[in-house]
Amino acid sequence: MIIAVASGKGGTGKTTVSAALASIWKRPVLAVDMDVEEPNLHLFLKPESVRSEAAYLEVPVLDKALCKLCGACAELCQFKAISLMGAHLLIFPDMCHGCGGCMRICPEGALQKGQRELGVVEAGITSEGIPCLTGRLRIGEAMSPPLMGKVRQRMQAMAEQDFRDIIIDAPPGVSCPAMTAVQDADVILLVTEPTPFGLHDLRLAWQAFHPLGKPMGVVINRAGVGDDQVQAFCREKGLPLLTEIPFRRDIAEHYAHGGILTQLDAGMKATFEDLAQRLERMACEGQGVSHA
Amino acid sequence: MTTTPIHTIAITSEGPTLADPVDSRFGRAGGFVIVDLTSMATTYVDNGSSQVLAQGAGIQAAENLVKAGAQVLLTGHVGPKAWTALQATGVKVVQGVENMTVGEAVTKFKAGEFTFSDAPSH
Amino acid sequence: MRELVVISGKGGTGKTSLTAAFAHLAEKKVLCDLDVDAPDLHLIAEPTIQRSGPFLSGHVAEIDGTACTSCGTCMEVCAYGAIQNVDGRFTVASGHCEGCKVCVAFCPEQAIDFPDRLCGTWYESETRFGPMIHAQLDPGQENSGKLVTLLKAKAREHAQQKGVDLIVSDGAPGIGCPVISSLSQATLVLLVTEPTPSGLHDLERVVDLCRHFRLPSAVLINKADLNQGYQTAIHTFCQSRDIPVVGHLPHDPEVTRAMIRGQAVTEGPETPFGAQVRQIWANLQPLLGAPAHT
Repeated sequence: MIIAVASGKGGTGKTTVSAALASIWKRPVLAVDMDVEEPNLHLFLKPESVRSEAAYLEVPVLDKALCKLCGACAELCQFKAISLMGAHLLIFPDMCHGCGGCMRICPEGALQKGQRELGVVEAGITSEGIPCLTGRLRIGEAMSPPLMGKVRQRMQAMAEQDFRDIIIDAPPGVSCPAMTAVQDADVILLVTEPTPFGLHDLRLAWQAFHPLGKPMGVVINRAGVGDDQVQAFCREKGLPLLTEIPFRRDIAEHYAHGGILTQLDAGMKATFEDLAQRLERMACEGQGVSHA
Repeated sequence: MTTTPIHTIAITSEGPTLADPVDSRFGRAGGFVIVDLTSMATTYVDNGSSQVLAQGAGIQAAENLVKAGAQVLLTGHVGPKAWTALQATGVKVVQGVENMTVGEAVTKFKAGEFTFSDAPSH
Repeated sequence: MRELVVISGKGGTGKTSLTAAFAHLAEKKVLCDLDVDAPDLHLIAEPTIQRSGPFLSGHVAEIDGTACTSCGTCMEVCAYGAIQNVDGRFTVASGHCEGCKVCVAFCPEQAIDFPDRLCGTWYESETRFGPMIHAQLDPGQENSGKLVTLLKAKAREHAQQKGVDLIVSDGAPGIGCPVISSLSQATLVLLVTEPTPSGLHDLERVVDLCRHFRLPSAVLINKADLNQGYQTAIHTFCQSRDIPVVGHLPHDPEVTRAMIRGQAVTEGPETPFGAQVRQIWANLQPLLGAPAHT
């Protein structure tokens, strides 16, 4: 079972919820941070003996001796990563999207496989035995989906080994990276806050994820800080409101210390145990529907 | 280094004539006024094809410039990728040219008031 | 042209609420929302749309079923797994198509079209704070930074036409493409952070990003009273990188109350929080430089 924790708006508490869920999950679980631009889950789960592995995108490298300056590669490239300037063929590896078309189309075999570093994939394990997987985008690297793809490959390999459940901390927003992060999920858990910004971005998230046909539920974080428009929206769309995390100074401070919410008090622990049960039920029902 | 005499220069411009203001942008410049220094004849190269690109505008502009045969570029600033492209083809670059007309820039260049840049802007 | 770009790395630190306040406080400016994925500034600025247009970016492959012979070449050459084969009928999953044109080039039947891709909508609007440029990316589209670049160009154009020499821009979370695009030509990048493990961690990454692109930055610590230890750590970090801290703001529900009223925190009756934001705006002025003569 895969649970993706997502939100339109950043900073609503995706990581807080992901870490809390992982900490009380009954069955073996893998915690995955797909927010490769700003990964934070490890700050709360604190994995140890982390192994870091560089991830690369395949980009072309020119063998000048073979190039006849026909320009076919430059003409095909949609990303301006190859330019034919007079008698010079120039490659801009930063611009490359790794489609491999240039290498395929070159009649002389003058373009060979090279690499651009996208960032690293880190794997570790918490003192409670929860394996954690994180992607970390290299500073200056513009494209996050290719690195997310590498994290995803690793995630599938790790989960298959011992049939683990997976909790995915998704990046904010509803564009390509967020969609990439939720594509494998059995249930999408949307974390929002009861404010106009929270509501607006929840609506965007609903619009983006609804067509995927996956079960979705909502967690309201900082409940009590704003108004009741989010609840009204959930009712209108038939989105189950699974739990609320109250707006309390001690919760904000606990988070600010890097604490996991389930360790704050017994009430919080019970809240998340209940949430976990509801999510499991939704995943089962969702699968039932898809098999029907 | 080659010592080919310079006879064709390009100036990033907001319009097609010597009276138009210099466009301080390179990749997203409106166009280039190409000046033949011996005859002072001018031609205009529209850079619209680069302006619409969100990425790689500088590279596209450099391609346009090289096709037009320019040996020297006078402009406000050139980014790193366009710089690489211009260096590779031996186009010399003067940066910091702004707040003047294309004609004034040409006059200053002929009077030797400009120095060639040795690094891109960012 | 001066441009203040407000970013944070981590989401939810208060970027948009603060940008709205700066929009209220700045005398003459063009306002710009560069968070095209999940924009929120319009909820405070309440723009009246004057002009809008489709945002086309790149292309998407489309297989012409009548010309396709189901040879499978497209599926073989696609690096993104975007080609689906359902019972011998090949189609493109547009959400996965990168627009690289490789399938178009290699299709032996020339059966693949390559139309422009509609990715979202841009808006030119008027607000009580002045002109505003904003957009909405369609759900699931690639946020390549192209729309951000387009908005920035429009904001500059507007500012020039109106003889305004300041652009105040609300950025996106993260450090990838859209954020990189939002930084180009910034006079000052204001980094809004909070004293939490995530706040500090993400601040370090956006500071590195600004250094990578050699852009001047300044830091604002929001919710500063949440954790003294992390607040000190942020100061130490900023000192080590020679980045000015332009101010602190407390963890104050006034921010949410103003948001629900649809107002900037500096609008309406003066609050202690609003006064602190005014002071921060004043502190930013020397870093933004003097207005140019217009």
